[in-house]
Amino acid sequence: MTVTGVDKDFENLTLTLTADFAAPVERVWRLWADPRQLERWWGPPTYPATVEEHDLAPGGKVTYYMTGPEGDRHHGWWEIVSVDAPTSLEFLDGFSDSDGAPTDAMPVITGRVRISENDGGSRMVVTSTFRSRENMEQLLQMGMDEGMEGAMGQIDALLAA
Amino acid sequence: MVVEDEPADRLFHALADATRRDILRRSVDGELSVSRLAELYPMSFAAVQKHVAVLERAGLVSKTRQGREQLVRTRPDAVRRARQALDHLESLWHGRVDRMADLLAEPEGPRTREAPERKGTDR
Repeated sequence: MTVTGVDKDFENLTLTLTADFAAPVERVWRLWADPRQLERWWGPPTYPATVEEHDLAPGGKVTYYMTGPEGDRHHGWWEIVSVDAPTSLEFLDGFSDSDGAPTDAMPVITGRVRISENDGGSRMVVTSTFRSRENMEQLLQMGMDEGMEGAMGQIDALLAA
Repeated sequence: MVVEDEPADRLFHALADATRRDILRRSVDGELSVSRLAELYPMSFAAVQKHVAVLERAGLVSKTRQGREQLVRTRPDAVRRARQALDHLESLWHGRVDRMADLLAEPEGPRTREAPERKGTDR
């Protein structure tokens, strides 16, 4: 398994995910630092990403759009908070409207990436934090899985009884 | 997908027991301690404590310490919604990490420059 650890902090709305790769730190870093590589893993296969701007420097921007099955485009952006190649990156991760302008209607997530040497390969720890509960609700409104919906309905019915 | 089913399974499991459903209903105000709850059921303190732990793992209640007591509170929104959102992020990242691993298994293509100096050539 590539993902070797998952931790969820419900109070601080933070997901920490650890992945181990059989590749050197520099190589894993390029998955982030090379826009042509970034666009091959950021979006799901049905919504591949095209990276436009890619400036991994403090205050710099990464802008991209994902293209859906109907040719629909969904724009997103990162704002780089800090970067220390090849081991560390912190950025804000948000969405834009169709003109590429950031929008408040979608969640902004703070992402932190740490890559370190591990047992001949690399360990990547990605931390994602919602800025607020409101942001978190926005993500939920964008898509919820059906199994959870069923369970939620059951709880609501129970508590209303 | 297994990753997404797990939390729902935990929820359904937590809700599958009559005592646990009763604990949920009684703990909405968050005024009952585990020991107070234990007095309400014909079972041991340890057994009630176990039920509360199952509810806690499913994100349905939280415990707060007040003096020597642990108060149990049903969290219909806060914890439950947070769990949903973080589960959603988790499945997103599982997909990304899988694609990263696939990419690392391929020979690396011609490198574009890191942090490309494109000022002036930007559209």
